Amino acid sequence: MSQYVLLRHREIPHLDQLDVYLKHGGFEAAKKVITQMQPADVVNEVKTSGLRGRGGAGFPTGVKWSFLPNNIWPHYVVCNADESEPGTFKDREILESNPFQLLEGLMIASYAVQANRAYIYLRGEFWQIARKLDEKIAELEKAGLLGDHLFGTNYSLRIYTHLGAGAYICGEETALLESLEGKIGQPRLRPPFPAVYGLYGKPTVINNVETLTNLPPILEKGAQWYRSFGTEKSPGVKIFSLSGNVNRPGNYELPLGTTFRELIYTHGGGIPEGRKVKAILPAGASSAIIAVNDDAILDTPMDYESVAAIGSQLGSASVIVADETVNMAWLVSKTVNFFKHESCGKCTPCREGTFWMNRITQRMMAGRAVESDVDLLANVANQIAGKCLCALGEFSVMAVQTGIRQFRTDFLEQVKQQTAPVAQGD
Amino acid sequence: MNELLQNYPEEVKQILAKYPAEYKRSAVMPLLYLAQRKEGYVPRQALEDIAEILEMSPTEVASIVGFYTLYYDQPAGRYHIQVCTDLPCALRGADKFLEELCQRLGIREGETTPDGLFTVEAVKCLAACHRAPVFQVQGDGEIEYHENQTVELTLAWMEQVREKVRAEKEAQS
Ligand code: SF4
Ligand code: FES
Repeated sequence: MSQYVLLRHREIPHLDQLDVYLKHGGFEAAKKVITQMQPADVVNEVKTSGLRGRGGAGFPTGVKWSFLPNNIWPHYVVCNADESEPGTFKDREILESNPFQLLEGLMIASYAVQANRAYIYLRGEFWQIARKLDEKIAELEKAGLLGDHLFGTNYSLRIYTHLGAGAYICGEETALLESLEGKIGQPRLRPPFPAVYGLYGKPTVINNVETLTNLPPILEKGAQWYRSFGTEKSPGVKIFSLSGNVNRPGNYELPLGTTFRELIYTHGGGIPEGRKVKAILPAGASSAIIAVNDDAILDTPMDYESVAAIGSQLGSASVIVADETVNMAWLVSKTVNFFKHESCGKCTPCREGTFWMNRITQRMMAGRAVESDVDLLANVANQIAGKCLCALGEFSVMAVQTGIRQFRTDFLEQVKQQTAPVAQGD
Repeated sequence: MNELLQNYPEEVKQILAKYPAEYKRSAVMPLLYLAQRKEGYVPRQALEDIAEILEMSPTEVASIVGFYTLYYDQPAGRYHIQVCTDLPCALRGADKFLEELCQRLGIREGETTPDGLFTVEAVKCLAACHRAPVFQVQGDGEIEYHENQTVELTLAWMEQVREKVRAEKEAQS
């Protein structure tokens, strides 16, 4: 694409400086929304745009907003900037390089649901980003673009940052809220959903960084313009984070529906030393693995429906590529180890199950496994599936189940070899 | 006497201002970062101080320290070098990087260098997967990223830090 929607800083140097951002039409959308539109009209425009949440679940954003009851106040908006999925690094680029567009998006969302207080929950590792955001927020308040009586109206808004402290589970909406309330970040039982019972027990909208950053251009140029990108059911643009065995890993902003082949070969520069793609994880470590045993797989369009049709999910579009040298038992041991580490421990199937899967895969990697361990691993995964309180537990078995099903020989080979495979390094 | 309040009156006030007065418990995480700033870990006394400010029990504060990985309840090296060895990084050689780094330093993963300055640990994804090998440094109350690393680059940077610390000590004596 010649023109970026979210990664505009790549074309406009210093877009993270207020004067530069203002010079390029910054806060015009927020001004228009707050001074000329009714909150319900904003919600409708976003519904019409077809924007779907970019954090992973892909739920329509405008619909999510419309769930907030209008008889319970105050409302809150929380920006989920707890980016922690292995393979995901898109929000960080926005936060660092295009923070004002995110803040403007957050203002638009807050106005749409009439929240007067919004929080940005950042993963603790983003300490420097949080400090920078605090400065930006202060700058906006000083310039009269944030705070009381915005643009001469009765609408007031305060935005605050809040740092997590290293817990992947806090990316889950309700765990994030618990954490923001000063508790251990464990998911809440749902229902009630955050739209009704969220932060401090009040109606709350939680949106991902990328989702919010889409809002200023949508409100400025209109829902129809936005729908001119992407597909009918997955409109708009998306940042694809490409990592693993590729020549040019990085963030690529492309229309939804771009093929894997285009992402990996045209943008990502292909695989080192001309090797072949063996498998793709399209949604980070929590993906169902796509085996690339047939070249046609690479021509699948990356939209929510098409990726689901080949047995995986697009999620946050964090595409991890493994080439033909990678033993998939090793790859699965990596994902299992991650989820075991990040299980919050609240429910038994996930807490015990991830622990157990990790023991088996570690055994495999240390060369101490027996052949029946492969079935045992699959069995434990099947026992976890469908019995967990939140998505993390379900995520933990995705690579295991699909990995064993499609790459059983890799597991058997690993068991026989009795030595740890060496990861490919470039 | 509440040491935290005494040492950082302004900071505590600013942190509390971020949350509605009736939900001041939300301030527990930022206050823990504040308590950890000087020594690199949360001393026992701080648990009591934070509990008092927020009207929580010290046990509740301790449970937060235990749950989140960026808080420490024991002193370690002044700088934590935390290398990501998660899947995307590992595909680009992060395991090998960590192993070699430890070898060159003569320590094992999780241990601290003999001068007490650096603890080297493996961590989970840092959202910098495209610039692996990568590590973050936690120390002096800050977190800083180092991307596109080689063992040589890292060792050179560590030498710089050692220089800085030496100069600090000299200035003090
Ligand atoms: S599924 Fe895992 S992470 Fe989710 S609540 Fe249960 S134990 Fe916690
Ligand atoms: S996997 Fe290492 S930073 Fe993401």
